[in-house]
Amino acid sequence: MTDLTRMTATQIAGLVAAGETSAVEVTQAHLDRIAAVDDRVNAFLHVDTEGALAAAQQVDARRAAGEALGPLAGVPIAVKDVLTTKGVPTTVGSKILEGWRPPYDSTIVQRLRAAGTVMLGKTNMDEFAMGSSTEYSAYGPTRNPWDTDRIPGGSGGGSAAALAAYEAPLAIGSDTGGSIRQPGAVTGTVGAKPTYGGTSRYGLVAFSSSLDTPGPCARTVLDAALLHEAIGGHDPRDSTSIPAPVPDVVAAAKLGATGDLTGVRLGVVTEFAGEGAEPGVLAAFNEAVDTLTKLGAEIVEVSCPHFKYALPAYYLIAPSECSSNLARFDGVRFGLRVGDDGNRSLEEVMSLTREAGFGAEVKRRIMIGTYALSSGYYDAYYGQAQKVRTLITRDFTAAFERVDALISPTTPFVAFPLGARTSDPYQMYLADLFTIPTNLYGGPGISVPCGLSDGLPVGLQVMAPTMADDRMYRVAAALESAVGTFTPPAL
Amino acid sequence: MTTTLPAYDEVVARYEPVIGLETHVELGTNTKMFCGCPTDFGGEPNTRVCPVCLGLPGSLPVANKAAIEATIRIGLALNCSIAEWCRFARKNYFYPDMPKNFQISQYDEPLCVDGYLDVEVNGEMVRIGIERVHLEEDTGKTLHVGGATGRIHGATESLVDYNRAGIPLVEIVTKPIPGIGALAPEVARAYVTELRDVLRSLGVSDVRMEEGSLRCDVNTSLNLPGEEWGTRTETKNVNSLRSVERAVRSEMLRQAAVLDAGGRITQETRHFHEDTGDTTPGRSKETATDYRYFPEPDLVPLAPDPVWVAELKAVLPELPRLHRRRLQEAWGLSDLDMQSVLNAGAVELIEQTIAAGTSPAAARKWWLGELSRRANETGVELADIGATPTQVAELQSLVDAGKLNDKLARTVLEGVVAGEGSPTEIMTNRGLEVVSDTGALTAAVDEAIAANPEIADKIRSGKVAAAGALVGAVMKTTRGQADAKTVRELILARLGA
Repeated sequence: MTDLTRMTATQIAGLVAAGETSAVEVTQAHLDRIAAVDDRVNAFLHVDTEGALAAAQQVDARRAAGEALGPLAGVPIAVKDVLTTKGVPTTVGSKILEGWRPPYDSTIVQRLRAAGTVMLGKTNMDEFAMGSSTEYSAYGPTRNPWDTDRIPGGSGGGSAAALAAYEAPLAIGSDTGGSIRQPGAVTGTVGAKPTYGGTSRYGLVAFSSSLDTPGPCARTVLDAALLHEAIGGHDPRDSTSIPAPVPDVVAAAKLGATGDLTGVRLGVVTEFAGEGAEPGVLAAFNEAVDTLTKLGAEIVEVSCPHFKYALPAYYLIAPSECSSNLARFDGVRFGLRVGDDGNRSLEEVMSLTREAGFGAEVKRRIMIGTYALSSGYYDAYYGQAQKVRTLITRDFTAAFERVDALISPTTPFVAFPLGARTSDPYQMYLADLFTIPTNLYGGPGISVPCGLSDGLPVGLQVMAPTMADDRMYRVAAALESAVGTFTPPAL
Repeated sequence: MTTTLPAYDEVVARYEPVIGLETHVELGTNTKMFCGCPTDFGGEPNTRVCPVCLGLPGSLPVANKAAIEATIRIGLALNCSIAEWCRFARKNYFYPDMPKNFQISQYDEPLCVDGYLDVEVNGEMVRIGIERVHLEEDTGKTLHVGGATGRIHGATESLVDYNRAGIPLVEIVTKPIPGIGALAPEVARAYVTELRDVLRSLGVSDVRMEEGSLRCDVNTSLNLPGEEWGTRTETKNVNSLRSVERAVRSEMLRQAAVLDAGGRITQETRHFHEDTGDTTPGRSKETATDYRYFPEPDLVPLAPDPVWVAELKAVLPELPRLHRRRLQEAWGLSDLDMQSVLNAGAVELIEQTIAAGTSPAAARKWWLGELSRRANETGVELADIGATPTQVAELQSLVDAGKLNDKLARTVLEGVVAGEGSPTEIMTNRGLEVVSDTGALTAAVDEAIAANPEIADKIRSGKVAAAGALVGAVMKTTRGQADAKTVRELILARLGA
């Protein structure tokens, strides 16, 4: 039999459903692969061998009992360590939560279990999802399977690298400013950020509440759509969850896979198609635009004049919310506690805990956010950023009156070498230049591999109107049908 | 610092007070503000908690519709406008009894604004402006162990109970209340009393100050006539109606002493002390925390449907003030009598006693007489005296049935207050029933006549007034358990007078 780890989720589920393999066998194959390569990739923070095999056995038992199983039953999945998993360590890539075993499952994880997927473990990430390279993880960086001296993107580098290294066929990420799409782009995998509110945040350890969006990661567009469908939809435990059915993303991915985009109008974002992206990325993107034209799409240029303010607005809104969201990490109720020697005051213990538990980038953002929300500065910073957010939303709304979806490179540059941008936060922030506007607007975006630049993957981003997630899947699947998938060199 | 406080009359002759009140009310909803945990008072520490009210990473709030409805009804009863669109906001500060280190509250977009409440003080109507009514979540409770003061400073251990964390809390803020002069302390008390009655009539809270479900902060400032309002202080820990009045008065006297001595008032939070009746400084507002309020991104804006609001308004209960007017007429009380009922906090107690079958006059007599006297002596609210309207009604029915006379009834009431049981039980257990067996009484009467032949002769000769001495003797031998009127009749009958 061919290597189970090289298969798509769709293929694995088909084999399991047909009884040609078992969920246990599939799970064991992936656990073996993790054992073989993860010391070089460091995609996983925690591998739940026992839990995975038990879940796989359950799936096999249900199938044996004649139960009708969903389209992803028996498929292994890697979950970003930002989602709570009952009894399974959840660190958010931070020392401050080291050893914490949540007493409850996030909604996404509950739905994954219900769908019969098998959770292999928790993947590495920039601490509290703040970063674009996974180098800000407190547990060491994840490496890009295409070149282990390079970054796998971030914050969800662990999930993307696990896919590219064939350690898992599916993964969950969370996207606050590009943390699903940008790692997808630089690892040659597919990453989709659903419409904000289209996937539940209950149990997603918050970085920036108004931006955080959990979503699917996969090696193919159809697999991503199937995962999206399994985790999406209204959750009464998340007030910001949209009470509407999941857009039919699976049908859209299948339609796109026919390779016909006749009648689809796509807008190339003028501001993101020129300078700002490295030449190799632009070349691959422009080639992909030609491909889309050949598939029948009509391409127009669309200017979104306020997109250039997205990055600064984001770096006020996200830190502001994080400064408040991360206040609860104080050593009182859970996680790390430092300096509680019976002599120090409560305030000192809180302070020492936070000093020791948070990394430099997290502290930087807490301080920026605390400042931006301060009395007397609120209007100039947080308030102003919210106005920019409104203007960006208007840019999108105006654009979608002219086109069905917008396209751009996912990220301005391919995977950079480890350490290349850690000393300059701004250079690191630029990695999300093209993905952030979507988060501020709240719409969906997907990154799909579109080519290589100097042997490294380049991603194309498709952005769609809110709750029109299906449109981006159609375009992404069409492009995938034409350019194929990309396989990294052997590890 | 030992300062001799000026006399109250002198203070109000020289200065004009401005007061303001912030009242927190714990709503009586079944579940907490943002999760499904129960809200009942008490319970083992940290048993009524879940990931949401513990603020565990990843948890999210979902607003309680019943709490929103209760807040809107409070706003409507206080003549407020109900916001068509408003938001919750985060109030950020670090404290261990706050699970998330921020409180979900409302800031510049409260649910209800700009209303009023009319209160009667000494027969005069005072309109108290309501600035806002907003909804927030309560904090947990911190217990500091090992320190001398029970405060965080000097404690060796701090224990936190999160059962209270997340209970819906409504904050009602008055506009500044100027122009009330010497009446300021009474206005403050009357307002909180009236507000409590309104809240109770709405059924939104059990409004028990001693359990903390109604908490009050009092703002006080003084200014010279014609000058700008003075710097205000905020007095916390004011946990009874009586304390509200005392706190204003005490703070007026203290501020006057400072101003008289040429000092200036510091804007600060002060703590009221029930035992001494004075206030001591807490944290200074000049170095107050910057709460960094911003709209709560985990909740969607609140936009109450105007049709729903109109429906809630249409079925509001009668306001306590109007209700009282109706009661006054039904009970046939003068304004003065009604005022003493109000001052004693006895309206509902009397109303419930009457509902249990007692005449208005008798119900009023018990609550304003014996029970009020005891409440004053022991310094508790009348409602907490230990006797219930049902018990008082039972007591009166025993009197009406001739089983207890007035003196015995008072003895039984003492037993009720002491928690000995129902009036009937106490009467039986303590053998306090009126001696109504005329055989036994006749024997006692004959005995008294035999023992006092001279008095008996006087009565026989027509000096009926002398019967009193024999009545006294009979009462003595029956240990007061005879009905004096019956005894007198028996004596006169035996002596043929």
